[in-house]
Amino acid sequence: MALPAKDAPVLLRLDGITKRFGALTANDAVCLDLKQGEILALLGENGAGKTTLMNILFGHYVADEGSVLVSRGDGDLSPLEPGSPHAALEAGVGMVHQHFTLAENLSVLDNILLGTEKLSTLKSRRAPARRKLEDLMTRSGLAVSLDMRVSQLSVGEKQRVEILKALYRNAKVLVLDEPTAVLTPQESDTLFAILKKLADAGLGIIFISHKLAEVMAASHRIAVLRGGAKVADLPTSECDQRQLAELMVGHEVSETVRGTGAPGDTLFILTGVSAGESRESIRDVNLDLRSGEILGIAGVSGNGQTMLARVISGLETPFAGSMRLGERTLTQANARTMIDAGLARIPEDRHRDGIVGAMTVSENLAIEAIRKPDCQRFGLLRFAAMREKARAMIDAYDIRCQGEDSPARLLSGGNIQKIVLARTLETEPKVVLAAQPSRGLDVGATSEVYRRLLAARARGAGVLLISEDLDELMRLSDRIAVIHRGHLSDAEPTETLDRGTLGLRMAGHTMEAAE
Amino acid sequence: MSDILEIFMSASFWAAAIRIATPLIFGVVGALICERSGVLNLGIEGIFTAGAMAGWMAVWLGAGLWGGVLVAALAGGFFGLIHAVLTVPLGLSQHVSGIGVTLFATSLSYFIYRTALPDVSSPPRIEAFQPLDIPVLSDLPFLGPALFQQTPLTFLALFLVAATAYVLYRTPLGLAIQAVGDNPAAVESQGLSVYGLRMGTVVAGSAIMALGGAFLTMSAFDAFFFGMVNGRGWICIALTVFASWRPGKALLGALLFGAFDAFQVRLQTEVGSFIPGQVFLMMPYLLSIAALIVVARRADYPRALLVPYFRGQR
Ligand SMILES: Nc1ncnc2c1ncn2[C@@H]1O[C@H](COP(=O)(O)OP(=O)(O)OP(=O)(O)O)[C@@H](O)[C@H]1O
Ligand SMILES: [Mg+2]
Repeated sequence: MALPAKDAPVLLRLDGITKRFGALTANDAVCLDLKQGEILALLGENGAGKTTLMNILFGHYVADEGSVLVSRGDGDLSPLEPGSPHAALEAGVGMVHQHFTLAENLSVLDNILLGTEKLSTLKSRRAPARRKLEDLMTRSGLAVSLDMRVSQLSVGEKQRVEILKALYRNAKVLVLDEPTAVLTPQESDTLFAILKKLADAGLGIIFISHKLAEVMAASHRIAVLRGGAKVADLPTSECDQRQLAELMVGHEVSETVRGTGAPGDTLFILTGVSAGESRESIRDVNLDLRSGEILGIAGVSGNGQTMLARVISGLETPFAGSMRLGERTLTQANARTMIDAGLARIPEDRHRDGIVGAMTVSENLAIEAIRKPDCQRFGLLRFAAMREKARAMIDAYDIRCQGEDSPARLLSGGNIQKIVLARTLETEPKVVLAAQPSRGLDVGATSEVYRRLLAARARGAGVLLISEDLDELMRLSDRIAVIHRGHLSDAEPTETLDRGTLGLRMAGHTMEAAE
Repeated sequence: MSDILEIFMSASFWAAAIRIATPLIFGVVGALICERSGVLNLGIEGIFTAGAMAGWMAVWLGAGLWGGVLVAALAGGFFGLIHAVLTVPLGLSQHVSGIGVTLFATSLSYFIYRTALPDVSSPPRIEAFQPLDIPVLSDLPFLGPALFQQTPLTFLALFLVAATAYVLYRTPLGLAIQAVGDNPAAVESQGLSVYGLRMGTVVAGSAIMALGGAFLTMSAFDAFFFGMVNGRGWICIALTVFASWRPGKALLGALLFGAFDAFQVRLQTEVGSFIPGQVFLMMPYLLSIAALIVVARRADYPRALLVPYFRGQR
């Protein structure tokens, strides 16, 4: 990749940023420079303090020590007023948050316009804004329909709106917090092509990612945070993936190996299941999962995976077909009957369906087992026992938090996933439904998830792995089926498949030819 | 049957419907403004009372009618500010704070009234607003008496509906209000102040609610009585849901309720001899509940309604 000029001016400097939350030091004297035209990747394990650092830069948080300096055009760096997103925007810093910050009840245009005009103005000037945006869209390649309501957009489109928001305000520095975590591989490729174009046009870009391959491909320079401190800052050309993984977690990361399994009897069967109406629907899905195997379900997101997972979780009643788990036939299933029948699930949207943010870590860990005797007696919760169990699970699963009593929403994304994982696997379920289980996880946590899923398989559980990540599927699954437009193909042994054919099937090619 | 038809054919029925709807229009517009920004204001019932009392008392003390309107709005804004401080920066429960404001504002109004007028038996009267005489329009046959012989406050209410709709949908401020009720993080990340917007809307909305109270003592009647608000505030909260938080529909909902009420009174005189009067009194409320059941199931709630926002927290 073409490097920015050696003498390119510095756009942004973080100088000795320290941020503490109670006893926890989320950022520890971090210094960082960003030059014009440069793409900097920020790496670090879950909870390393990446989001916190970027939130300080953007003024959501106030640093306890240190300062943020930005260039004001004439090459001089001057300090940015702390704690003011308004000041950051004025200084040309734009941010795309890990969780989108869009008003879903407004149109795309209005979301971009929001806050750019004085509130005392008597009329929103939408026409000139529209012209400027159309020009921006053609130049950057970010296309969205400006009149759509944001609630109707796909995740990828929402992200484009977020970037447009920054560009519309003439951002000089663009920060993206895990932009690819929710994108399909194709969308990620497009995104990086756009970012490269923007950098060539003179923007400085910082992005956070856990996917080492894309970091290697798309960045000029890489900075690594560990435990809040910066432990490395190198040109991308001087690193390799293995070394980066080690820098992030502080020790070697072992590759997960599947080994040959010993599949047993059929555990879980779907016959002719159809559910849902619109785009996210499934039609006539047949599937059989044996004990002691991992069955992968590949597909580009939006092809019915979410509905399939909802049906299996008992959250959606199919209008045709039946499910059978072990000895029990489940037609009118709900979440409780599925859990009682031996299903455990790792939901796709962990913030919405996986945890209750306002409740504590220990309550969240117990939430699916509250009717069991170790959590309640005579209908009263046994908090002491729940806490004790939570402490053990926090240790076993390496959940980084300030304690079992802190609210779950305070945890970093990766650690929230560990709560879900711990809760799911602790009950020794017969069937595990894992939807995008490594989304947003760092390399260490990801290999931990893999290890746990393989352990469940070795114990004789059946694992249904829904994922968009082909590497993950090929590495873990014994058999793989492809879902496309709500139809699920027959599962085939992983050995007989390769990435190329899977990719084609995910795009719907061979399936159509076969029909 | 023809008697019932006759009710709808009389100009006085429509005039009464609009008169009954006026305080509700003020109330529902005020509640809607608060809720659009994400704050439920159950102080409304008390704010009505405070507006009714303060406006009337100002006029009685010689401030003039429009002076009274201003004082009522200020009183509403004051109680709105209490609710705003408690629920926005402090993030307390909006239900609890709202009920608290209602109790406080109601009792304080009664207390001031009683202290100022310790030993009157019949409430003193003021010279209230009179129906406007609009050239041409008021003299139209049927339409004139039905629609255009109202007091200035009714026209102010209608103007406020239009103004609110304009601000909400056409101005940068309105965009910001809509956004802060949906996702405060969106507003903050665009450099605007979540607290400023929410506190502003709650104070402004409360001031408008208080005008509904002022209408009661300065236009519908000419004196202040205990218990005169009589649940109108709560009706407005329901009407806001009915209106899906849209000013135009809010106006429609208030007029509908006014029509039910006016109809009920007239029906009572027609057939009141064999059906107990309480049944008629119940009617507007029953019909409101029925309308709510139909409409509110599809209601498009502001997503951040009732959810406090704390800066620098996730
Ligand atoms: N507002 C807050 N209050 C308390 N603790 C917080 C707060 N924000 C972040 N933390 C803590 O600070 C640490 C760093 O969190 P941060 O979100 O920056 O991690 P991250 O590197 O972005 O992780 P991930 O890759 O999982 O997104 C975490 O341990 C988190 O629990
Ligand atoms: Mg993060």
